Amino acid sequence: MGGRVVVTGLGVVSPNGIGIPDFLQAIQNGVSGIKFVPEYEELKFNCQVSGTPAFEWEQLRNYIPETSLYGLKGKGIAFGIKAALDAWMDAGNEIYSPHTLWDTGCVFGSSVSDTDVIKNAITRVDAKESKKLGSRVVEQIMNSGVTAYISGRLGLGNKIVNNSAACATGTQSVLMGYEYIKFGMAKRMVVGSCEYVDKYIFGGFDSMRVLSRKFNHEPQKASRPMSLTAGGFVPGSGAGALVLEDLDYALARGAKIYAEILGGSTNSGGQRNGGSMTAPAADGVIKCINEAIKLSNIDASEIDLVSGHLTATIADKFEIENWSKALKRSGDAFPMVNSLKSMVGHSLSAAGSLETVAAVLQIVNNFVHPNVNLDDPNPEIIEITGENNLPTKKINREINIVAKANFGFGDVNTCLIISKYNN
Amino acid sequence: MSREEILSELKKVLVPYTENKEMLAGITEETDLIKDLNINSANLVDIIIDAESQYNIEIDFDSAEKMYTVGNCIDVIAEKINHSA
Repeated sequence: MGGRVVVTGLGVVSPNGIGIPDFLQAIQNGVSGIKFVPEYEELKFNCQVSGTPAFEWEQLRNYIPETSLYGLKGKGIAFGIKAALDAWMDAGNEIYSPHTLWDTGCVFGSSVSDTDVIKNAITRVDAKESKKLGSRVVEQIMNSGVTAYISGRLGLGNKIVNNSAACATGTQSVLMGYEYIKFGMAKRMVVGSCEYVDKYIFGGFDSMRVLSRKFNHEPQKASRPMSLTAGGFVPGSGAGALVLEDLDYALARGAKIYAEILGGSTNSGGQRNGGSMTAPAADGVIKCINEAIKLSNIDASEIDLVSGHLTATIADKFEIENWSKALKRSGDAFPMVNSLKSMVGHSLSAAGSLETVAAVLQIVNNFVHPNVNLDDPNPEIIEITGENNLPTKKINREINIVAKANFGFGDVNTCLIISKYNN
Repeated sequence: MSREEILSELKKVLVPYTENKEMLAGITEETDLIKDLNINSANLVDIIIDAESQYNIEIDFDSAEKMYTVGNCIDVIAEKINHSA
């Protein structure tokens, strides 16, 4: 115990960029990945925009064998494979190993498996054609499909886990991977999460009236975290992945090191005291942030940047209040705050890993990405954060420590503390 | 349909399930689908489904179990085609 855990690889399939160079370029320049979707207009959705990566199946050629690519229909799995294998190669590894890598595992999360694949199964079974389903349905409708593809391709032999904690999934997967390494149970973990929001999942959120609906004809303005005109979130899809590694193991193989995970916490408000299926309890959030800080052996005053959950709903204000209470900071003393969702929307389970990748990139490249569409910040939020801590343009500044949190349905919270690597 | 014609159609069915295209081009009736072509055993089910659609036949469980070499496949397909003709 007591080992340090560092980030040695990154991969991303995001609505505003596939692959780290494009994604970095996009978040530095405030490029939105939100687009109008004609099909959602036809389906009479209130929200007709989404953040969907410009993914093509061809991009998976050479990632998995041709025979495995043939018949793969689940897009969430596809996003996850691409992000995870990119992170693996970014960490300096070859995709294919003839041996089982017993010291390396995978925690990759998701919310729902591809409902288009499920729909195909339902339709065929109902038409009494179950005989024609074939061998590839089960692997794509099981939640652990994404970890099965990733670990199988890379030959990973340590802990292989598919976690699911709604919007907290991505940060939770990073935390679980961190803990396995920290406590000596693995040397390396491929961690991350993926999500493909298709029309059936989208419809459920649309019906809850929690989605942005007033900017259908100005899609790039539709995701407005912390803004006065924030009117719901924009559903997104994608995947983010990181390779986490025991520091000594990374140093021994001469790996490049992006950042260090200092610690983190995941908990639940228990759906008590204001917590519910859809709203986090304030005391759970505050406890989660405080515990993450304590386990990371830092002081709250050292946090340079809060990468918030901040989805662009009424909850943004409460989230900022909770951060302020947990950090005991306000006004000019408040850290910088940003929300990646202003550019890519809210990709549910993928949100936490995409945002963690963005956090690492901001630490490495010393900048704070802009909050796009924050031309009308909510005055109640400004009152807490001060006027200068919600950047609308890229800020160049040394970023040493980021607090990255997500809060999910079911009143589940996760907070990570990520730092510049100092040897 | 002759055995040669069935074999040439069968090659098309096997393409998506075989990494080694050279090996596939040179298959004979003795070629074992799993051992020689390295086809994933779970994919045998998909090959049967594709063959059913390719030849417009139905392959029952007992016949499907015999389909492990190219020759066996041709036997089963030839029998079903003749049966339905």
